[in-house]
Amino acid sequence: MPSNPAKLKVIWLQGITCNGNTHSFLNDPALGTLLETIEFIHHPLLPCQKTLKELVKKVPKSDILIFEGSYNAAFERAGVEMRTLLPALAHKAKHIISMGSCASFGGIFKENDPEHISGIVFDRENASGPLKSMQEKVITLSGCPAHPKWLSFVIDMISAGREILVDEFRRPKELYAYLVHNGCLRNEYFEWKVDSEHFGTKEGCLFYAQGCQGPFTHGSCNKILWNEVSSKTRSGTPCVGCTEPTFPKRELFTTKTYMSIPSEMPLGIPKRSYLALAGAAKSFHIKRLEERLIDDHA
Amino acid sequence: MARLSKEERKVSIMTKALELFSKEGFYQTTMPAIAEKIGMSVGNLYNYFTSKEMLAKDLILYIANILGEEIRRINESPISTQEKIEAIVHMYFRIAKERPETIEYFLRVYLSNREVFQNCCEGMICVSAFVTELMIFFEEGVRAGDLKDQDFFSAFGLFMGYLGGMVFLNGEKILPKSLESYEHTISDNIYNALKSR
Repeated sequence: MPSNPAKLKVIWLQGITCNGNTHSFLNDPALGTLLETIEFIHHPLLPCQKTLKELVKKVPKSDILIFEGSYNAAFERAGVEMRTLLPALAHKAKHIISMGSCASFGGIFKENDPEHISGIVFDRENASGPLKSMQEKVITLSGCPAHPKWLSFVIDMISAGREILVDEFRRPKELYAYLVHNGCLRNEYFEWKVDSEHFGTKEGCLFYAQGCQGPFTHGSCNKILWNEVSSKTRSGTPCVGCTEPTFPKRELFTTKTYMSIPSEMPLGIPKRSYLALAGAAKSFHIKRLEERLIDDHA
Repeated sequence: MARLSKEERKVSIMTKALELFSKEGFYQTTMPAIAEKIGMSVGNLYNYFTSKEMLAKDLILYIANILGEEIRRINESPISTQEKIEAIVHMYFRIAKERPETIEYFLRVYLSNREVFQNCCEGMICVSAFVTELMIFFEEGVRAGDLKDQDFFSAFGLFMGYLGGMVFLNGEKILPKSLESYEHTISDNIYNALKSR
């Protein structure tokens, strides 16, 4: 009978965080299976071998260091500043996962103290974080929060010894080469420029008035669904662009326009081409797309 | 003399047809009259345009492309928004003077006979080349902080309605002075109406 392969030893360390990524992780329906392939040296919530105090006393080696939350050099865990603790753990880790947008780019918490708070490799778009010199072993899983299946994908790839192709921010292409726009059920409304006038309805595109950032946000939210059933845009809420280093933007639920023209074009689409196509599409009135999909009063 | 290609021949037919349409109107202009004007048999004319409506549609596309190209050149020039307004006004009046049939066609055929175009030129499809460039002009003007942010059509109507109206008055020989003598004040008026406060 073949012996079970050794479990990957994982440390989950938190910086300045709301615990959102931990909660997202606990929502993974396949968590049980995943826990058969990994064991936590330390996790803030799950049963694990070491408490935080024990962890900082003698920094152990690990296969994967998962960092959740924003980085601030002076922020302490068990009395040790991050400027000391994070590099020490990182040096002894084979792989590092930057879990969520705060760990990846600074995220929401950076708004409070932009000068001192950053991600572990990137400070917004710039690779100037404390782990920039070892970024080759960092995988970025940006998102607010990151989807639990994105994490299990990376762990499975590491476990299988497979190479993970990454983009300029070290996000796995398999997960982030797509736009949130890909797979959105509202694409037909986007094509024919039919706006959604309200949140929470099934009809209309959220790009023109409601601030949806799906057409220029990298992520697989409409491919790998949340809770296996839905996504923001499917439920009638605009994508807020949480996987990008520019997150959070201001006025998230309004589309910034200049003279009725969206200030930001769908990714890679020249303005002239977009306007010509949009103008043509708007010239037609498609009755089916202007009606309710399910009319309760019919 | 070198033979014209089919495309060149089409343009030459359109140029003549444009004169007739803009002078006589859409309904008074017949395919035999167009054929006669260019010295071609009616049958041959139908080899180039399958109907008078299709010829009318190609004409508006042709004019929109001419105007669109002109505005694109202005959009891409390294000049201020106010100077762009002057340049657009100048260009529009220049075309109205040098090629009056183009603007006349736009005003008297395309805008006045919408029923002719409704099945082939829905909305702004046939004038897209022209409208797109104006969209870009307005968008860039607002982005630069020079123009007031407002609904596109409010600004579009003010700008193009004004110019169209002046060309119309000129065509009716109502204006006491030449069209170009109004360029500067009209450009000023447009800029003052659209500028950010």
